[in-house]
Amino acid sequence: MSIEMEQFHNVFFEESQEHLDEMEQFLMELDLEQPDKELLNSIFRAAHSIKGGSGIFGFDALTGLTHVMENLLDRARKDTLQLTTAIVDTLLSTVDILKGILNSYRSGGDIDWAAISQGTEQLEQMLSKGVEPADEKGYGLFEQPVLGKVDDSFGFFEEHTDVAEDEGFGLFDMEESAVSETSEGDKADVVPASTEPQTSQAQDKGTASQPHQPTVERKAPAASVESSTIRVDTQKIDALVNLVGELVITQSMLAMIGDKGGLEAEERRQAALVELQRNTREIQEAVMSMRMLPMSFVFNRFPRLVRDLSGKLGKSVDLQIEGGNTEIDKGLIEKLVDPLTHLVRNSIDHGIEAPEVRAQSKKDSEGRLILRAAHKGGSILISIIDDGAGLNRARILAKAKDNAIWVSENPQDIEVWNLIFAPGFSTASEVTDVSGRGVGMDVVKRNIEALGGRVEIESEQGKGAAFHIRLPLTLAILDGMCVSVGDQVYVVPLVNIIESIQPLADQVRSMGNDKLLWVREEYWPLISLGQQMDVRPQHKEVTQGIVVLIESAKKRFGLWVDALVGQQQVVIKSLEQHYKRVPGVAGATIMGDGSVALIMDVESLATQVKSAPQPVQEAS
Amino acid sequence: MTSTAQHALSHAVAQREFLTFVLGEEHYALDIMAVKEIRGYEPVTRIANAPAFIKGVLNLRGDIVPIVDLRMKFNVGEASYTEFTIVIMLNVDGRIVGVVVDGVSDVIALAEEEVRPPPEFGVAFDSQYLVGLATIDEQLVILVDIEKLISSEELSLFEQKQNNVQE
Repeated sequence: MSIEMEQFHNVFFEESQEHLDEMEQFLMELDLEQPDKELLNSIFRAAHSIKGGSGIFGFDALTGLTHVMENLLDRARKDTLQLTTAIVDTLLSTVDILKGILNSYRSGGDIDWAAISQGTEQLEQMLSKGVEPADEKGYGLFEQPVLGKVDDSFGFFEEHTDVAEDEGFGLFDMEESAVSETSEGDKADVVPASTEPQTSQAQDKGTASQPHQPTVERKAPAASVESSTIRVDTQKIDALVNLVGELVITQSMLAMIGDKGGLEAEERRQAALVELQRNTREIQEAVMSMRMLPMSFVFNRFPRLVRDLSGKLGKSVDLQIEGGNTEIDKGLIEKLVDPLTHLVRNSIDHGIEAPEVRAQSKKDSEGRLILRAAHKGGSILISIIDDGAGLNRARILAKAKDNAIWVSENPQDIEVWNLIFAPGFSTASEVTDVSGRGVGMDVVKRNIEALGGRVEIESEQGKGAAFHIRLPLTLAILDGMCVSVGDQVYVVPLVNIIESIQPLADQVRSMGNDKLLWVREEYWPLISLGQQMDVRPQHKEVTQGIVVLIESAKKRFGLWVDALVGQQQVVIKSLEQHYKRVPGVAGATIMGDGSVALIMDVESLATQVKSAPQPVQEAS
Repeated sequence: MTSTAQHALSHAVAQREFLTFVLGEEHYALDIMAVKEIRGYEPVTRIANAPAFIKGVLNLRGDIVPIVDLRMKFNVGEASYTEFTIVIMLNVDGRIVGVVVDGVSDVIALAEEEVRPPPEFGVAFDSQYLVGLATIDEQLVILVDIEKLISSEELSLFEQKQNNVQE
């Protein structure tokens, strides 16, 4: 394939993916009684675009299916066909099949023709009857996921529902699902390939959604590959072009002033420099905003998941999405999908109770699940809140005991909740359900932490649970405090700094070889940055230097440095790209003079700290 | 030389080009395809707990690049840093590494038959990093497998493959 052709193909793939996502989203929004004409038209147009494009490029598998789909949609929008839940379900599963085909084309895998013919047949049935298709026709062409019980919350939620039939919802690579049901053997004979486990098309497993079953949300392995292109609002680009124009003007201003002396020239030079500073900042913001995508990119896939999952579990869940416009770094978005999916599944599976149970506890029979994103200070807070049963303290503690995980006596709630993040928590039967993707609560936590974020749990028994994910706005830029030791400059992330002080002699205590600092009614263990980084400090005594009080997720400590250089935003550069990981160092940055400064990894420094004895527990 | 070149061409034997450099008393050569650029020494940012021959990292147009002083690693020459100190920026396995040497002399082209097997001893480098020997204008030049050297465990510049997994 020539390079140009490949380029066009990639554009087509990207666009089709978008169209499919759009179709899915719009289908979810459809009001069956009074379908919005505009919405139907949009769905129709999306199907039409895919059909057209696939025809041009010869992706026949897509063309055939979208053609039938288009016919159906056309009749729906011309009011000659009354939409039913069954039709929407079929359409949704068609979207799934299309996604599968698209991925196969993209990754060069085999096309699952069986799924296509089955999908076409279903659609045609809808077309001819305009009514429910024969429900019990299993078609038998598809691997039915044969899965055990999904209990990946590790039983910490009060379960009122038997979830033994949970099929994994297609989110997992189901190796054990390769057992295919061939209830209609003749069909299977026509297309025998479909009964073979096709690992490259793992996403197609579970598409055999009989109409009476909720359709299956799938996340194709190929789709989880981070997309390398980005769509940017033209307004943002225009704004950037504008800013660059201003930058050029400022540059020529400075060039005109040159190195002229005199008071007037000096004044103009100052003015130009101020302008330059403003320009740079605005360009930086504009460029960063191009990397930003609204959270709805992630959130939009959840209505479908919630619909399918709650239908399957016989629960009724009202999903509320708030703050979908909150913008977040593209790199973060793609890595958020899996953890969020896991948490949402957990909430529906184990958090929200069955309607009967809810009625007993005088709750609305419809459970509520809120997905919320919001800016909080310099970070983004994503919350998954349900009004279900909440975490079960007694059960978690019992499980911890079973797994021989150490728990302090009379642990606080927070401590108990955090136990569910312990890696050893899952028992064998649970591992099989989730092992396909290796997602458990510990993995959720690890993924979030890898993004520089934190997970917090709030829970009240009987009232519900909330998972809060706190993430940095972007991975690329950090607010830092530059500190110096000897002739070297280091950057400490500003979020971790509580304050910086020059200690007095009577605040410093020695304990063996370790030094402690008495500040804020608390002993703070002291670490010498010079010692950690193998640099000779300027001062021998702590009292001559500066101590930066630092709070990490694990501990609080004082970092002894020579001096504070200043606060500034730094661009994070990877040290590992050309070198290797250095203990205590999170990365590097380039300072104004072109030199390199290392960014300290506060969490790993904290592991060097011995806990200080605390006579007074409460910090002021 | 022309006959050699024709010979190389007719046999489709690649005549490879090498960059020769000086370490102490000896002349070495490395595959020029691994060389990104040659530049003067600039002050670096030190890295804690790294061996002394890893001088630190510097900013190469936005990339953070480690600098290795081969003179210190192999105990040859004088590890002084002046305006004439030379750093060869190498591109190995998609990574950029700078090596400090005493000097860079020339670019030479060698056909395969001009390269003789390496000696077992007598040079600063361990013989496993040597490709062979060649004579250019009566000057003995030692060919170095720079890729192997840079990615070797001895220099520990990169995370070794087997323990690549982060804990």
